[in-house]
Amino acid sequence: MLARRRHKKVNRRKFLTKTAKTACGVSLGGLALGHYTRAASSLPAMSIRPPGALPEDKFLAACIRCGLCVRDCPYQILELAKLGTDNPATGTPFFTARKAPCEMCEDIPCIPACPTGALDHHLTNINEARMGLAVVIDQESCIAFQGLRCEVCYNVCPVRKDALRLEIRPNKRSGKHALFVPVVSSDACTGCGLCERACILEEAAIKVFPLRLAKGKSGEHYRLGWKQKDKYGKSLVTPDTKHEFNLPGDMDYDYYGRGLVKKNSISQTDSPFSANPLDTLNKGLGGTN
Amino acid sequence: MSKTPLGHLGVEAISKKGWFAAHKYLLARRATQLGILFLFIIGPVAGYTILKGNLSSSLLLGFIPMTDPMLFLQMLAGGYFGITSSAIIGAALVLMFYMIVGGRVFCSWVCPVNMVTDSAHWLRRKLGIKGGQKLSADLRYWILGLVFVAAFATGNLAWEMINPVSMLHRGLIFGFGFGWVIVLGIFLYDLIGTRHGWCGHLCPMGAFYGLVGSIAPVRMLTSGRAACDDCMECYEVCPEPQVLPMALKGAENGYPAIILSNECTNCGRCLDICAKEVFQFGLRYKDMKVSKFSSRHVDGVGTSN
Repeated sequence: MLARRRHKKVNRRKFLTKTAKTACGVSLGGLALGHYTRAASSLPAMSIRPPGALPEDKFLAACIRCGLCVRDCPYQILELAKLGTDNPATGTPFFTARKAPCEMCEDIPCIPACPTGALDHHLTNINEARMGLAVVIDQESCIAFQGLRCEVCYNVCPVRKDALRLEIRPNKRSGKHALFVPVVSSDACTGCGLCERACILEEAAIKVFPLRLAKGKSGEHYRLGWKQKDKYGKSLVTPDTKHEFNLPGDMDYDYYGRGLVKKNSISQTDSPFSANPLDTLNKGLGGTN
Repeated sequence: MSKTPLGHLGVEAISKKGWFAAHKYLLARRATQLGILFLFIIGPVAGYTILKGNLSSSLLLGFIPMTDPMLFLQMLAGGYFGITSSAIIGAALVLMFYMIVGGRVFCSWVCPVNMVTDSAHWLRRKLGIKGGQKLSADLRYWILGLVFVAAFATGNLAWEMINPVSMLHRGLIFGFGFGWVIVLGIFLYDLIGTRHGWCGHLCPMGAFYGLVGSIAPVRMLTSGRAACDDCMECYEVCPEPQVLPMALKGAENGYPAIILSNECTNCGRCLDICAKEVFQFGLRYKDMKVSKFSSRHVDGVGTSN
């Protein structure tokens, strides 16, 4: 048996056929793997990456799926995605804000734990983390929009006033009360998810989403005139002109109350009141009048 | 050719050396495999951590980093070049370790899938399952190439999406999901599909570590090959039987009494099963130059080519 097999010759045709077969099989397998990888690597809306995570497309090449960040999280919020569950790419770390949000440790222990730099070691101030962005997604359910006092999300926010503030708006239903409405600013929100967990509703009205879902983006060339003016001290486009109404001939506009009036009729003498305030004060006291 | 019916595998060795001596390396390997898993799992449970992470990357005693060099290369292929020092040092340490003890020591002493495929092989033998699909042992090198192409094309560690090795290891430490389906698939494939199908033909990690261990000095020697009585038991238990014939029978061709193929996993199964004490572990400094004899290129007994 030994001798027979050792002397078995492989001719060129056999070799080429075999190689081609293997190459085809392996390439097909590769296509399937590539397709599956693309399909199964989308980051679900409710899965938030740990602080300092590189942008998702870089992260998938950089994260080695070792779970060292999971181990070093003192609050045990992180988990590694499991195959076949509704999770991000298999083996990569994430947390679910409603279940266990990031507690924003000052020393961010998960970041130095990462051996590859998939969690960016340059991030040392947790307030600069951008894990996601909180969005008040359901204003119909949020009780603050109904005029009730809640403010729980505001009170748990670690960067409150900057990331999450309460805006006071008139309560049009009652006509006399105020709404204390939560408003998120993307320039300060870290996406920790503490607000989402704290929301008192059965299903949170404020939710943290990955930035790519939560953020819009205006055109690169967009400039807001008033901001540019603040920045440069003057309008950059055309000089400000004094605003004028197009009024009928001899008419003028009284900005202080009466509206359209005859030209040059706006004067103290037109007033039903005397120019001298003492006249008004002494009216009816039997003085000179 | 065989003197002992293979149904009585190991009987002669046990009667001659005693049960423990005839299972010495098997027991040592199981202890190592389970010990490594145990250390990974016990950390968070016991509250202090000797070994943290998993086989992809880990931290020993809180300061020695270890990183899978194959994953390290996949990161580069995937277009990530910002790798921090910890992973670089870790990958270098692991690489050096396997370059010395033999790359495929990973397969037989560390990898958790080894226990799965060994059980499949054991059951296959007990149930007398024969045949199955023939595969080339070279297939794994193609798949290894594919792993890097896939990482390059997707910008993702694509192989990690389905890698049974990390799936099983990570599953045991961090939770499975449906990863066990893949592991079960491998068990069944090795049981009723191809003999030594996964570890011996398909696994690209095995291929990679094999290449890493090409120049490793720690080798299985066949110093007692003159005593070989062709009982064929080592071929029966060897997970890569194509590595055996030249080292065993190549004396007249001037082939050294060393298993030079990098596909040998240094598992010691042949040493355990051999009643004639043909095998022993040793070093091969002076025979480095003859590694061109790599026996994989000779169709040997027991290969499925």
